[in-house]
Amino acid sequence: MYEEYAVVMKGIVKRFPGVLANDHVDLFVRKGEIHAVVGENGAGKSTLMNQLYGLLRPDEGEIYVFGKKVEMKGPKDAIKNGIGMVHQHFMLVGNLTVAENVVLGSETTKGRVVFDLREAKKRVKELSERYGLHVDVDAKIEDIPVGMQQRVEIIKTLYRGAEILIFDEPTAVLTPQETEELFEVMRRLKAAGKTMIFISHKLNEVMEISDNITVMRLGKVTAKLITKETNPREIARAMVGRDVVLRVEKPPHEPKDVVFEVENLWVKDNRGLDAVRGVSLKVRAGEIVGIAGVAGNGQSELVEAITGLRKIEKGTIKLLGQDITGLDPRSLRNMGMTHIPEDRLKYGMVLQYPAYYNMILGKHWWEPYSIRGFLNHPAIFEDSRRLFEEFDVRPRNINMLGGNFSGGNQQKIVVAREVSSNPKFIVVAQPTRGLDVGAIEFIHKTILRLREQDVAILLVSMELEEVFSLSDRILVMYEGEIMGEVRPEETNFEEVGLMMAGKRLEEVRA
Amino acid sequence: MEKYWGFIIPAVSVLVALVIAAFVIMSVGKNPVEAYAIMVKGAFGSSAAIVNTIVKTTPLILTGLAVGFGFRAGVFNIGAEGQMIMGALTATAVGINLGWAPPYFALSLTIIAGMLAGAGWAAIAGYLKAKTGAHEVVTTIMLNWIATYLSSYMVQVPLAVGSGTPKSPEIAPSAKLPVLMKVGPMEMSAGIIISVTAAIVMYVLLEKTTTGYEVKAAGFNPYAAEYGGISISKNVTMSMAISGALAGLAGVVELMGVHHRFLGTLSGGKGFDGISIALIGQNHPIGIIFAALLMGALRTGSNEMQFAGISKHIVMIIQGIVIFLVAADRIVRTMILWRKRKKVKV
Repeated sequence: MYEEYAVVMKGIVKRFPGVLANDHVDLFVRKGEIHAVVGENGAGKSTLMNQLYGLLRPDEGEIYVFGKKVEMKGPKDAIKNGIGMVHQHFMLVGNLTVAENVVLGSETTKGRVVFDLREAKKRVKELSERYGLHVDVDAKIEDIPVGMQQRVEIIKTLYRGAEILIFDEPTAVLTPQETEELFEVMRRLKAAGKTMIFISHKLNEVMEISDNITVMRLGKVTAKLITKETNPREIARAMVGRDVVLRVEKPPHEPKDVVFEVENLWVKDNRGLDAVRGVSLKVRAGEIVGIAGVAGNGQSELVEAITGLRKIEKGTIKLLGQDITGLDPRSLRNMGMTHIPEDRLKYGMVLQYPAYYNMILGKHWWEPYSIRGFLNHPAIFEDSRRLFEEFDVRPRNINMLGGNFSGGNQQKIVVAREVSSNPKFIVVAQPTRGLDVGAIEFIHKTILRLREQDVAILLVSMELEEVFSLSDRILVMYEGEIMGEVRPEETNFEEVGLMMAGKRLEEVRA
Repeated sequence: MEKYWGFIIPAVSVLVALVIAAFVIMSVGKNPVEAYAIMVKGAFGSSAAIVNTIVKTTPLILTGLAVGFGFRAGVFNIGAEGQMIMGALTATAVGINLGWAPPYFALSLTIIAGMLAGAGWAAIAGYLKAKTGAHEVVTTIMLNWIATYLSSYMVQVPLAVGSGTPKSPEIAPSAKLPVLMKVGPMEMSAGIIISVTAAIVMYVLLEKTTTGYEVKAAGFNPYAAEYGGISISKNVTMSMAISGALAGLAGVVELMGVHHRFLGTLSGGKGFDGISIALIGQNHPIGIIFAALLMGALRTGSNEMQFAGISKHIVMIIQGIVIFLVAADRIVRTMILWRKRKKVKV
């Protein structure tokens, strides 16, 4: 039965206390295809994959691998059946070499006792060459970039004889270039006859790499699509259950006076190297200025310097005409600057605090939250409840700890908090990283609403699409410098792409 | 369930520790039931025993609070011992010179002097951490030694009195804490009231004030705290100072309530006991009161056990196992969950 399929999961039901995580899910993956499984956070994708990999056991339903019915008690059985998983969070040992990591757990041995490193290196090199995976077998994991670490994970599965590879949101941690490299590897694996399951909620990636798509929503399969015959709009509708605006409508809006000004700013990174080198920019009331660029070109340092989290070496920053260079975050917040940070887990939230305490972080010393040094809990609860309603945070439980919300809802809490303190100027960094389409739409609409209210907005994003659809002006950053300023309606991805790679606007247009 | 872990884990840990120690008692040929009965009697069996237990508990509450407050703020104050010494030493220097002052003045001045000394001593480590990143574990240990040697110099040279063990003169009668209860030679001073009040103040500070909000935020996630307008360097110094003030107060109540003069053995490791007590009390002020009471009772009870021919070091075993289990709370969680799961299957 099911001979032409590499994987068949039929009628899978998985219940968790209070949740039906998988409700009679069917998944058919043909041999040698790249099959995308898409859905919003919490749709049940990971639960389904964990059952295929033996980490969870289905309550109901059957699994067939290469036409043979299987029952998996653990990952060992999955590996025996030729299934490998490339985890989102790599399972690698930082201070061991690439080769040692690959063979870890099934080491090559001399005479069954002595670890044979030479043999291990040889076999890892072979694999890496056969599939064009380009890894340095002697490098330590902690010294190599994320993209290469992921390739080591892939080699690990291949080394254990995987014919079916599960990729769990593999691009979440990658730069656009690394994503392209990963897709190249996946195409090569496909040419070599491997079957791949690709979990994602990034629609453009799914469109680019997959052959077939299974869409999930609230634990059910809502659509089975052939990539060639569908479009992102159709996938998004199946994911969210309604029509989604993938690109928000930006009404014309005349910017007012200059609110925020940076003049010849120099900032160092953690290693003491110049990360921001002489940046100047202006943001006016009711204007969105977007900063585009590949990750790691000084955007993070720029944002940290502006928001008072990093020391400024040289240059001046002005807010509403006042010199604010070197002020601490508290004073900046008192002056009307707020900040949606790029890393919401590190900066945006105290995960151990309940949601209502997270809702006042950065304004907890303001009335009515604090009265004569004492917290005013009734006011805190009331405002949190109101913001939960207004920003549709789910579940509607302000007592839940910050760390227990899903990524999208954590971001909604951060956005709600920063937007609701009536900022004059807001720095928005990577506002939709890791979010699903429904949440992205909501956050984009919120940012545009601020623009209507004449807030000055500085948007920093690695997602070019996002910068284009929201910004009134785009500045492109490369190695700490601004390569040029363009208007989205007068430019295109290619021009900006060249600037992101280090060409100045004059050179591009010459 | 999650809400009650803070209570369940220490409680289960104590029970498990008692069971394991029972086997140890049996292995030396004694009856554990009898041994525990003697211990309980020794700790609570008479008014003298109760007074003794409370006297032992009083400073332990304060050092437990000192360390626990530090943990909540994200600093590991391992220097409660030294801060306690500095608190007691300063209070001595002040207290012996207050013969002229009325009690309310002498009492408050001596207490405040001791607390400030503890706070200042700890703030050195806090300041060093904020300015240079020097780890507070290292600096507070160094400060402990400085305090130890400084105090032993003080009672041997400038403050020395009499012969025999180095000691300071007695503090003025007006600077002695009032006695609440006297049983034979045992006196229970108002120190216990001070300790319990300190716990309540700490609870209010942590749970109800904006400062508490900032302290805990900085303890949980310094990055988010700084992003949210909370100065980490200010917070580290302040948290250490508050922690040190509590440890200093422990020295003060020992001095003003028990010994009435500075002795080399006044601190006697109580500052270090604070670490275990904070751990067992899960850094919660009320939990710390009970953890300190447990320790105090074990100490008093063990003396009685010793008279009955069972080594008082059994108590060290109990204490060690409790700390181990509380620190490795996963073990207890797993034990409880495992039992639950087994029940479900049946």
